[in-house]
This record gives sequence, structure tokens and C-alpha cells, in this order.
Amino acid sequence: MPYLLLLLLASQPVVADLSSARQAELLNMLKHDCGSCHGLPPKGGLGPSLMADAIADKTDALLFDAIQNGRAGTAMPAWRPFLNAEETHWMIQRLRQP
Amino acid sequence: MNLKLWRCLIVITGWLLWSALNAEPRASGDLGLVIERETGSVLIINTTTASTLSRIDNLGDLSHASVVFSRDQRYAYVFGRDGGLSKIDLLQDKLVKRIVQSGNSIGGAISQDGKLIAVSNYTPGGVKIFAADTLELLADLPAEYGDEHKRSKVVGLVDAPGQKFVCSLFEANQIWLIDAKNPRQPQVTKFEDIGAQPYDALLTPDGHFYAAGLFGEKGLALLDLWQPENGVEHILADYGKDDEQMPVYKMPHLEGWTVAGDLLFVPAVGQHEVLVIDQRDWQLIKRIPVAGQPVFVMSRPDARQVWVNFAFPDNQTVQVIDVKDFSVIQTLQPGKAVLHMEFTPRGEAVWMAVRDEDKVVVYDTDSFRQSAQLPARKPSGIFFSNRANQLGL
Ligand code: HEC
Repeated sequence: MPYLLLLLLASQPVVADLSSARQAELLNMLKHDCGSCHGLPPKGGLGPSLMADAIADKTDALLFDAIQNGRAGTAMPAWRPFLNAEETHWMIQRLRQP
Repeated sequence: MNLKLWRCLIVITGWLLWSALNAEPRASGDLGLVIERETGSVLIINTTTASTLSRIDNLGDLSHASVVFSRDQRYAYVFGRDGGLSKIDLLQDKLVKRIVQSGNSIGGAISQDGKLIAVSNYTPGGVKIFAADTLELLADLPAEYGDEHKRSKVVGLVDAPGQKFVCSLFEANQIWLIDAKNPRQPQVTKFEDIGAQPYDALLTPDGHFYAAGLFGEKGLALLDLWQPENGVEHILADYGKDDEQMPVYKMPHLEGWTVAGDLLFVPAVGQHEVLVIDQRDWQLIKRIPVAGQPVFVMSRPDARQVWVNFAFPDNQTVQVIDVKDFSVIQTLQPGKAVLHMEFTPRGEAVWMAVRDEDKVVVYDTDSFRQSAQLPARKPSGIFFSNRANQLGL
């Protein structure tokens, strides 16, 4: 039983620590600051669609890298100064929700 | 139903009819729209009384919306991100017609004679021209480029004298001059290699010059509409070339050209600066340091002041530049996430959309104090009906 619990915990997204206030902030950011280029819902604009089906075949690592480091030579900026790893993963999971 | 209730009903109906007949006719010169980006709605507002008259819902994705007005100032055309084109009756508070004309759109323009609406689209990239009265599609101009006929996103679409439209192609590095005298068969003059990634553009209020800001390199692409045969000139190509480029968290916009003694104020891409350009020789005469990366650099109608808002993470701040000596005379904090500003027709007041505080604030441009505040849900753009009479807006 404790083993199962551990498993359960481990499979939980790493975002359990984010306060609900921070989650609300991140959601607002996703809608509006990311939305200014990706749309609201993020069906695409200057940046590509980030809808669940559009990113279904992209790995977390690829999306994580795009968000943290931006894409040089394009309009996608690096968000590392504003989003730590945990927050970035939270956003990716949020985007993957249908 | 008893007699009392009947009587009551008759009185109420009578009163309603009477008030409908005697309703004060509404004028449209001091009206405007506030975009509510998250709920896909707009507010019709009055700038004289600083009040909200009504809300129009169901306008789709307005996460990047803009508005033009019919020249009688009765109708507003709202261009939505989702390709929606909505025609709103400002006098009757209603949506007259809404079409979804593409998958993804960025903005639009109304023709010199007021009879055509042109929309610039991201996907599929191109320009479509509609009849302003019925929204019937008259022409479709795919923004194809190169040998593989790829399609480019179209930005910076404005109207120009001579029943023309001008726009820029983000991936194709082109400017198109569209003659729409025959709207079903528009003639397109294409200018190629105008500079990397034009992201937005503006028209001088006299309709003489079209300038596109470049994202992929420094400077602006300039087209003299009096002599288009001379081609596009790349100006300010090497200012600040060696400065470290900062990441851009929100694309700047070009709007609100200041013609105080031939001066043009534009946002510097990726820098905390407003650039001042002398329109007579297109030389950079000043780089004004400001509080963040500018998004909108808008001149008050008399061009004495220039108001600047900023990209994330500095979007709680607004600064005012005195055109007299280019000094920053005010640093204001109207609230969290100031997205857009719009001046009343003669500039005594400026309205600002404060997205994260769900409000629109009105500031006096003389005392710099807040004079009014209106609730709005995640407001972004603000557009007043006097734009109806301005070229390029
Ligand atoms: C200034 C415009 C802009 C903003 C703001 C912006 N993006 Fe982007 N984004 C882009 C562009 C352009 C691309 C495409 C880059 C390329 O061509 O590879 C992109 C690509 C991406 C990708 C990679 C998608 C893929 O399919 O490869 C992700 C993920 C992403 N953005 C997430 C975000 C998130 C999350 C935010 C907000 C925190 C954000 N973006 C804000 C412009 C922007």
C-alpha cells in the first residue's frame, strides 16, 4: 500500500507545490501574455497553435525548451526569467488538457 | 388575471411605447468601442459622459482585435483573431452581421470612399475585400510568394488615397500596394525584399508615406506613395546595430504618427527606447530612454505629448514624453497590464485599457490625474468613432 501511494505521488504532475494564487497568475499569463501571439484559445497567431491536438505529437522536452529558451531568429522569446521549470511544466500540462 | 393587473400592464406598455417614440436620438461622434478580449465582447461607450452604453456579445476570439468605423460613424467593423468580421450598429446597440472570413486574422481597413472593407489574414495568409454594406466577398488576394507558392501572414494593412490599400507580408518580406478602384479585380503592385519580417506598419496622416517596422532587422521600410515607382527605401538600417537585442515579449505596434514639426515617434524593437525620426530626411535624431519595451507610441491629437505603454513585464507603467524637448515628463501607474490607449478627438483625455484589473481608466492629459473609471472585462483595445475620418486608421 505505501508503495502504491508512492507510485501515485510520483505519477502526479510535479506541480503540486504551486500555490493556487500562482496558478491563477500563470493561467492569466497563458491566456493573455502568451495569447497575444498564440491566440485565445491558443489556436495560433504570429506563433503556432498550442491547442492540445496541435501539440499532441510534440514531446514535453521540445515544448519545455521552446518556452524556457525561446527560438532564436523567430518572435518566440525565452521565458526563463519569468517561469521556473516547475511553472513551465505546469503550463505544458495545462496546454495538453483538451 | 384581475383588473388591477391589466391596468398596470396597459400603463407599462403605454409608457414603453411613449418612451420609445420620444427616445433622444443618439449621435455617434463621441462614441467608441472597448474590446473585451477574453469574453469576446465589446462595450459601446460614450466619451463625453465617460459611460458605458451597452455590451455586444458573441464576437468570437478577440485576443487580437481591431476596429474601423464607417464614415457616417454609425457602424463599427470589428476584426477578430478567429477571422471574424463583425458589423456593429452603434446607434441601435446591435450586431448587424458577422461572418467568419478566414481561419486567423490580424486586422483590417476601410477604403477611402467607405464602401470597402479589407481584412489582412494570417491563415490562410492574404487579403480579402468585402462590400462594407453587405459584407459580400468581392476579392480574395492570397499572399503567395516564392516558387513554392507558400503563403505569408499579412500585417500592417491600411487604406491610402486613391481607393488603395497597402499591406506587408511578414514571411515574404514584401509590401503590396493594392488599387481597389475596381474592387472585384484589384490591381496589386508588389515590392520585394523590403527588409526582414515586417511586423506592422503605419500611414502618415496625410497619406503620403507608408512605413513598415521590421522585426528581423533594424529600421523601417518606407514607401513614398506619391512616387511608388521609386520603390521601397530601408531607413535607419544600422542604428543601435551593436546593442544587445533583448527578447520581445509583445510585438510593438505602429500607430499614432506624430507630425509635430515633421517628427515621427516609433517604438524601438527589443530596446527600452522610443525613436524620433525627422521626416524630412528620414534621419534618426533622438533615442529617448523609457521604462520598458514600448508597444504603443501614440501622440495626442495636438502632437504636444506622446504617450507610451510597454510590453510585459513593464506593462503596468505608462510614460508621457513632452515633444517640446523629448523629455519624459510623467511616469504613471494606471494599473496592471495597460494594453492600449486612445485619445478623445481633441485630446483633453486619454482612455486606457487596464486588462488585469478589469477596468478602463480615463486620464486628464493636462493634470495627469484620473478623471473617470469604467468596469470592463479584460479590456484590450479602445477605438473611438472619430477614427472614421482619419486616413490609415
Ligand atoms: C512575441 C510573440 C510570442 C509570445 C508572446 C509567445 N510566443 Fe510562443 N512562439 C512564438 C513563435 C513565433 C513561435 C514559433 C517559433 C518557430 O518558428 O519555431 C512560438 C513557438 C512556441 C512553442 C513551440 C511550439 C511548437 O509547435 O514547436 C511553444 C511551446 C510556445 N511558443 C509557447 C509559448 C508560451 C507558453 C508563451 C507564454 C509564456 C509564448 N509562447 C509566448 C511567438 C510567441
